[in-house]
Amino acid sequence: MSIRERFSGNEAVSIAIKQINPDVMAAFPITPSTEIPQYVSSYVANGEIDTEFVAVESEHSSMSACIGAQAAGARSMTATSSCGLALMWEMLYVAASLRLPITMPVVNRALSGPININNDHSDSMGARDTGWIQMYAENAQEAYDNMIQSVRIGEHKDVLLPVMTCQDGFITSHAVENINILETEKVKAFVGEYKAEKYLLNPEENISMGPYDISAYYMEHKYQQAVSMENAKRVIAEVASEFETLSGRKYDFIEEYKMDDADFAIVIIGSSAGTAKDAVDELRNEGIKAGLVKIRIFRPFPAEEIVKALKNVKVVGIMDKAEGYSNNGGPLGAEVKAALYGNVTGVKAVNFVYGLGGRDVKIESIKTVFEQLLEVDKTGKVPAHYQYLGLRK
Amino acid sequence: MAYNFKEQMSKPERLSGGHRLCAGCGAGIAVRGVLRALKPEDKAVICSATGCLEVSTCLYPYSAWNDSFIHNAFENAGATISGSEAAYRSLKKQGKVNEDYKFIAFGGDGGTYDIGFQSLSGAMERGHDMTYVCYDNGAYMNTGIQRSSGTPMYADTTTSTVGKNSPGKMQQGKNLTEIIAAHNVAYVAQTTFMSNFKDLQMKAEKALYTPGASFLNIMAPCPRGWRYETEDIMEVCKMAVETCTWPMYEVENGKWTLNHMPKNKRPVEDYLKLQGRFKHLFKKGNEHLINDIQVGVDKNWQALLKKCEVA
Repeated sequence: MSIRERFSGNEAVSIAIKQINPDVMAAFPITPSTEIPQYVSSYVANGEIDTEFVAVESEHSSMSACIGAQAAGARSMTATSSCGLALMWEMLYVAASLRLPITMPVVNRALSGPININNDHSDSMGARDTGWIQMYAENAQEAYDNMIQSVRIGEHKDVLLPVMTCQDGFITSHAVENINILETEKVKAFVGEYKAEKYLLNPEENISMGPYDISAYYMEHKYQQAVSMENAKRVIAEVASEFETLSGRKYDFIEEYKMDDADFAIVIIGSSAGTAKDAVDELRNEGIKAGLVKIRIFRPFPAEEIVKALKNVKVVGIMDKAEGYSNNGGPLGAEVKAALYGNVTGVKAVNFVYGLGGRDVKIESIKTVFEQLLEVDKTGKVPAHYQYLGLRK
Repeated sequence: MAYNFKEQMSKPERLSGGHRLCAGCGAGIAVRGVLRALKPEDKAVICSATGCLEVSTCLYPYSAWNDSFIHNAFENAGATISGSEAAYRSLKKQGKVNEDYKFIAFGGDGGTYDIGFQSLSGAMERGHDMTYVCYDNGAYMNTGIQRSSGTPMYADTTTSTVGKNSPGKMQQGKNLTEIIAAHNVAYVAQTTFMSNFKDLQMKAEKALYTPGASFLNIMAPCPRGWRYETEDIMEVCKMAVETCTWPMYEVENGKWTLNHMPKNKRPVEDYLKLQGRFKHLFKKGNEHLINDIQVGVDKNWQALLKKCEVA
């Protein structure tokens, strides 16, 4: 029997880490993810887990130490937010290219400047091309479930890539919800024991990792990484299916909400999806065929699934909780539109940037998005540029 | 600890020949010197910061390292090896690894004094059972001889260029060995290549086999950057020590020991004149610059004698 209990998102993820009992956790505090290393430190102090907790002097070192630990043959984890993730930047690429399945909860927070501790997705969206798998949670339950699945996904022999499991800072990380926790033995059995194939502490075989890679080989190595990301799609689905058997909770690359007959849809990531579902319900009561697509997996990008979900809508609003400064919309907007191009006809798309730095997103805010989608349908005119939602003028 | 030169030099190499370091380079000599101090039965995980050593010894698909080796980045050898050491503690207590491993990080002065300083300081403070070895060649040699905070005063580098308005690097090199000693780690030592390599061997052995974090600062000359004839490397090292520019000392559990007292302390010119990077100092009218260096060396030397309680 699973255990129903009240937990915040940070607690939920920490409990997942406790149940997994990683070999090494190296971490540095940063709001709003600080609680995760705090919880893990207390589990170690109380003898609840035997993880080697390394209290490093920066996030750069937490990722560097995780790379050293995972390369040595240990299941390694860290957690971070915002500027901490930015400080790891270079090491994120190294972790992925060394094919080290490190797992990392990212508690999404705006990236400076100006400094701001509240939620948006500018931190992990900036890291979208580092070669990490990215999973996003709507709530504490999903954050917990994603954390457990992330270990299996990253460590799969056809994947061997690091995974970030993202949840929204404060909104999810600090709000307390009723969630279902699996029994520890079941989690342990599900994730299994970490057995690296190639590792530094293998007494049978000394190896060199991280060589200088010349032009004659570099491109092939990058291609292998790309193939792994492709393989990750299959593995993510397999792991979700197994997890469903274990927990009864079903996960896919995207979640479709009232999309079967939707004329107007929004594509959204994270906690705002919950709010937006309420907006969809209200619009449905008003007779508007509204729907929602929530992105759970951003890397690898679920292009096919998105196309399938959106192919029959009239207008889609793509919601970015991050500015891309491309002058061409946010990262989700760009990728969804690229996925639709050549695969659907007649679907109009409008990109919105919303919720930056913790700007509140209410049901009414989402309803104004749908109002604009209806307007586009009525006039046939798509705004040339992307829109800012709720901007004070 | 008896030391037999012939025996030591006959040990199987743990850094194999055929790597691409320059002839007369100190980095390879430093690495081989440290690895000779490993007990043959002990295994090692070795990390190198980005730099000459790394790009010359581990070019895909080749590796000169006979032990397990990892290169991560320029600025994080300390943190990387501390992660591997934490992994070892975890796997050992779980019974997944039974062999004895040593953890060694190598970095040049760029990767150690400068960009990797925070990572090193953190690893030292946490007290991982590891040895960090700086092969100090006094500049960023891999990128083409740019100044570091370890570059000695008035050296000519490509970013402390000697010219009409510049006598070379304006600042004294920072004293990293003492900074690490201030971390109160188990063992800290400074050495270079002297006569039969006994000093380096003994210090490497202590660093590797003293439980906890250890730091070795090895002056490792660079023929390209320092501009000496490759065969003169031993003479350059000897003069660094005999002029007290690079004193040989160690700090064990807070106790400072001077390992070599020059019989006749030589003037700094004897060290400087061997190297092209100081050539400009010997032009007429630049005597005061040499005097500046002498004053700095003497001041540091007197302070060191005091710490070592040498009257």
